[in-house]
Amino acid sequence: MKEICIQLIYLVSTALFILSLKWMSHPATARRGIVSGVVAMVAAVGGAWMTPGIESYHWIIGAIAVGFVLGVPLAMVPLTAVPQRTALSHAFGGLAAGLVGVAEFYLMYNHDKVLPRESWELTRFTTGALTAEVILGFLTFTGSLMAAGKLQEWIPTRPITYKGQNAINFSLMGVALLCGTLLVYWPTTLWFLFPLIILLSLAFGVLLIIPIGGADMPTVIALLNSYAGLSAVAMGFVLKNNLLIAAGALDGSSGLILSIIMCKAMNRSFTNVLFGAFGQVQAASGAIEQRTAKSATAEDAAQIMDAARTVVIIPGYGMAVAQAQHRVRELYDALTKRGVTVKFAVHPVAGRMPGHMNVLLAEAEIPYDRLIEMEEINPEMPEVDVAVVLGANDVVNPAARHDKSSPIYGMPIIDADKAKTVFVIKRSMNPGFAGIENELFFADNTLMLFGDAKVVITNLVQALKG
Amino acid sequence: MTYAPWILVAEAEGAQLSSETTAFLTSLFTLMLATFIGLEVIKNVSRLLHTPLMSLTNAISAIAVVGSIVLAGQKAPSNLFTTILGAIALACSMTNIVSGFILTDRMLKMFKKREPGKS
Repeated sequence: MKEICIQLIYLVSTALFILSLKWMSHPATARRGIVSGVVAMVAAVGGAWMTPGIESYHWIIGAIAVGFVLGVPLAMVPLTAVPQRTALSHAFGGLAAGLVGVAEFYLMYNHDKVLPRESWELTRFTTGALTAEVILGFLTFTGSLMAAGKLQEWIPTRPITYKGQNAINFSLMGVALLCGTLLVYWPTTLWFLFPLIILLSLAFGVLLIIPIGGADMPTVIALLNSYAGLSAVAMGFVLKNNLLIAAGALDGSSGLILSIIMCKAMNRSFTNVLFGAFGQVQAASGAIEQRTAKSATAEDAAQIMDAARTVVIIPGYGMAVAQAQHRVRELYDALTKRGVTVKFAVHPVAGRMPGHMNVLLAEAEIPYDRLIEMEEINPEMPEVDVAVVLGANDVVNPAARHDKSSPIYGMPIIDADKAKTVFVIKRSMNPGFAGIENELFFADNTLMLFGDAKVVITNLVQALKG
Repeated sequence: MTYAPWILVAEAEGAQLSSETTAFLTSLFTLMLATFIGLEVIKNVSRLLHTPLMSLTNAISAIAVVGSIVLAGQKAPSNLFTTILGAIALACSMTNIVSGFILTDRMLKMFKKREPGKS
């Protein structure tokens, strides 16, 4: 009877998780989605709490308390740090799945019958699911830690490559899968392969992420999100728990869709992102001809913007680094007050995680209907008087449209160059992350505004008011 | 590679495994249906909300609590090793749940429409 109750609670919880994600489709209903998610999670915890076989609660209560102590500060990070927080929480998720897998293996190997379950044996099927769970869990753990380190810039964000890197990675994964297969066939005699698989997965996670550069982080974070979900699915197969499988699958498909969107937005494939070490090889391609870019002062720029009817601001990671979003809001207010229509063009891969720019601009209280997706804004660009490129680079490089030799050829870009006047706010003429020269900077209708994004925008606002 | 041969082997080995086979097939159905629902639902999520979506799914994937609570709550002295592993896993999952939901809420509060009257 109790068992049926628990299953029914899990059923309701699954439905609420689905609704929670469904309500995320629009900002107007999204907060309802959180309520539904919280209720679903509380129900799931409640169901697990009632599981027969649980006899002592002090470890549970202690661990939940620790979760609150760590979780609350982690939720209060500044929004510019959200990408690394997200990576860190994927690491926690992977670690949790991995550790549960280890504990289950240990219990089953020792035929421990303290836990109620249908079989205490290490059957081939259970072993297979356990192997998948620990491989996914532990590679997500170290991989996400590396990603978080790169995003926090504790580890160099440039790709770290060496000769035969892919060969080493593939053979490492191959050995892990081989061990997994052998273990499935002889689970009890070859038990020692289990710790070996854990070590290989931990190492693989690190090696997989070090050759990936900062600009590819949106895809990688989304992919790790997917892995964290899949490890929950594998855990569900071990525990024969459909709630775990359903919730894990929702998470896995979410990560998958986001990474597909990111890949498409860069015109690259998964394999290319994971094994391409982007931004390493191309730097040496061809001699760069000496060209000069025109620069302008904030006062000149303010005058031109004042006379404009429409201004489109194109934010990139540079805006996040300079924490310039609140200054951008002031610029938005100053221009709007003067009757200028201001829009924001957001490229899907701008920033370090999917949707990064939207959250920063929303934080600065810019109304979300002013944030326009690339596909919608591009047809309007020829009519736009002024485009302001703020800390973005590759996503506005016209070479992606016509230069077949360019490494970013084919990547969809925001057509900033089609605007009547383009201002590029940039620290210096250094090429962007991928080391690709940006011809937009040398175009006839482009004026460079050199300096820190925050300072330049502040000067612009001053000039507009004065 | 498919699971099919294992199922056949499992059937051949004895009757007590057939309930496991049924459970496995049911789980496979759940996985397939949930994946399709997930793909359809997530496709409709506004691009504006992709960052909040990721922190929400962080919290949802912490559903691993279900597995870790059971481990952390075993009869304490009999299996300290697995109890501790379960407790660590539970603390990690709880951290994700708490921070995931709070952060998502914080971010969603920021998405506002234009106030009427302002252009």
